[in-house]
Amino acid sequence: MTGEARKPPFRLAARLRNVLGGRAGWRGALVQLLFIAVIVWVGYEIVENARANLQAQRIASGFGFLSNTAGFSVSQALIPYSESDTYSRVFLVGLLNTLLVSAIGIIAATIIGLLVALGRLSPNWLLSRISGGYVELIRNLPLLFQILFWYLAVLATLPNPRQSISLFGSIFLSNRGLVVPDPVPQQAFTVFVFAIAIGVLAALAMRIYARRQLFKTGQKLVIWPFVVLMLIGLPALAALLFGAPVKFDMPTLRGFNFAGGMRILPEFAALVVALSTYTAAFIAEIIRAGIQSVPKGQMEAGASLGLSRGATLRLVIIPQALRVILPPLTNQYLNLTKNSSLAVAIGYPDLFSVFAGTTLSQTGQAVEIIALTMGVYLLVSLATSAIMGLYGWHVNRSLAA
Amino acid sequence: MKRVSFGFILGLVATATLSGAYAQSPDKPKEKPLLQTIKERGTLSCGVSQGLPGFSAPDDKGNWIGLDVDICRAIAAAIFNDPSKVKFVPLSAKDRFTALQSGEIDVLSRNSTWTLSRDTSLGLNYTGVTYYDGQGFLVRKSLKVNSALELNSASICVQTGTTNEQNIADYFKSNNMKYEMIAFGTADETIKAYESGRCDVFTSDVSQLYAERLKLAAPNDHVVLPDIISKEPLGPVVRQGDDQWFDIVKWTLFAMINAEELAVTQKNVDEMAKSSKPELKRMFGTDGSLGEQLGLTKDWVVRIIKAVGNYGESFDRNVGAGSKLGIARGLNKLWNQGGIQYAPPIR
Repeated sequence: MTGEARKPPFRLAARLRNVLGGRAGWRGALVQLLFIAVIVWVGYEIVENARANLQAQRIASGFGFLSNTAGFSVSQALIPYSESDTYSRVFLVGLLNTLLVSAIGIIAATIIGLLVALGRLSPNWLLSRISGGYVELIRNLPLLFQILFWYLAVLATLPNPRQSISLFGSIFLSNRGLVVPDPVPQQAFTVFVFAIAIGVLAALAMRIYARRQLFKTGQKLVIWPFVVLMLIGLPALAALLFGAPVKFDMPTLRGFNFAGGMRILPEFAALVVALSTYTAAFIAEIIRAGIQSVPKGQMEAGASLGLSRGATLRLVIIPQALRVILPPLTNQYLNLTKNSSLAVAIGYPDLFSVFAGTTLSQTGQAVEIIALTMGVYLLVSLATSAIMGLYGWHVNRSLAA
Repeated sequence: MKRVSFGFILGLVATATLSGAYAQSPDKPKEKPLLQTIKERGTLSCGVSQGLPGFSAPDDKGNWIGLDVDICRAIAAAIFNDPSKVKFVPLSAKDRFTALQSGEIDVLSRNSTWTLSRDTSLGLNYTGVTYYDGQGFLVRKSLKVNSALELNSASICVQTGTTNEQNIADYFKSNNMKYEMIAFGTADETIKAYESGRCDVFTSDVSQLYAERLKLAAPNDHVVLPDIISKEPLGPVVRQGDDQWFDIVKWTLFAMINAEELAVTQKNVDEMAKSSKPELKRMFGTDGSLGEQLGLTKDWVVRIIKAVGNYGESFDRNVGAGSKLGIARGLNKLWNQGGIQYAPPIR
């Protein structure tokens, strides 16, 4: 009888929903197939139309331009690049620059965000107000403004290279960036890396062993002196036996600029600082909300077990809060990556600036370049979500266990 | 600004993908001529720079003035007999060609260098040369640099998407010098970075260097080096595919240059129009119908000269001796006065 009463009032809409919703049976399958066919047809029409229209306007099309010589220089390249390289190389250089800024920005934003969130939740009145003020100030100002602020109001006021601030005569800070000695790998470098790897593996093994002991016997083993010994002692021993793993290339002022050394460009610094502090304000709120979503009793339970506040947070609260935190945190990571395209305003050579900007205006191949750039941002974003999704799955599983 | 540029690109992508594929069916009637569209719309849409004194910049009353702007006004005068019927669209170097390709503007009059690749692969046509320019360098006087050859290892600020960006690469490579290039989206961002000391050098076309120098806090502390490292013929650009429109833009400029050659000025144009000299009669339409052949009226040249004056007048008023920039005519003198500015005859 209740089944009768619940009959949907709009039968047509309900039937449509059933069919499109993939209800089992040949009808559902047929409609789905038709739907796919329509999408493929529309896609084909768009591509064909674009090709024909571009041809009619006599705009060159196709991806052949990617193997042409770019002929312009890029201020920061993580892989060897010169003006005689191709546009596809420019694409790669820009992509790596975007990934570098995003990765460093994500790490820094997470650390700052966590600290600010904990500060805001702290019982210390002053600390919590300062953290709250940070969040309100930073998240209410436009990002582009903040990027320009760091670039033009802070970094540009540094002195010129000839009057740069110097530390120990080997680190120089000027309006051309931060110049530090560049480590050049020597012959002993591989041995050195090998020693570090062994140290890390040994430390991990000890940790696993200590945990197992803790769960089995309730005994807490003190392993940190051994860990330190392995991590520092082994590489040091390797360096003693086989010679220095790296030699430092010292920067010297020659002509207008520093020669030698490794340079961190002010464009890069301004972008990383602005992106990470901006995103951190949002992350702080997400983490705070996550922590507060865990019932208060959990904190009290931790305290009653004799755990310190820090240990309770680390072992009890945060693992539970992560379930709430992870989905919006993923959004912030994606935002940071996409916002890095504002780099074009301060001349940092990210993907959007050198490829969808310079390359586009040099070649005029708007359709191809925009399609390629869109594809790459989509891919990076999907990869980020996938990694975060995997982590979320892992967290859920360990909570359930 | 970025949103605007992205809008143009999306516009182009959208027109390319969604508009009817007229190329596929050659029997279909061609699109309406641009001249007719502009007449029906009532204004000319003209792409200019975002504020380059002397070439295109708003004055203190908000009116666009400059050499590039005068071309837009001259075309509007020839079509509507009213130089104010222009909608100016400020564009960065990066967006300018996309805006033209996507139909956002009818003509681009924005110190754009004429090159083979732009002429062929972008679906555009250059209509002539309004200004013969070359690329140079602006540096601080305090650096005590006398020649571009002393710029080894310098940091250079440049506007992205320009021929300047590639010329620099060629020049420094052929002289075996190193450099660091920082490329910015707009001229304003570039000059700001230069002024803040981020770069030792600001490079651009020389005319632009003089114009941008005026924006600095202390223009006299900066000097344009004598070296010119490239040829930069600047001129108006139209889309390919509408020959009538191509002709109108081309001959508007040629009319201004021919007027200077025949000493027709804004002041004496009415008097000269009554002249019985055959070449003046042809130009003013009292003999023959050259203007109508273009799709305009017989008095098209009178309209143009009344609105903006001849080429020399426009040059002097905007960038030359009569302006703040005070740039010498140099190459831009007429061919019979020692320059290379030369227009085909109106006959």
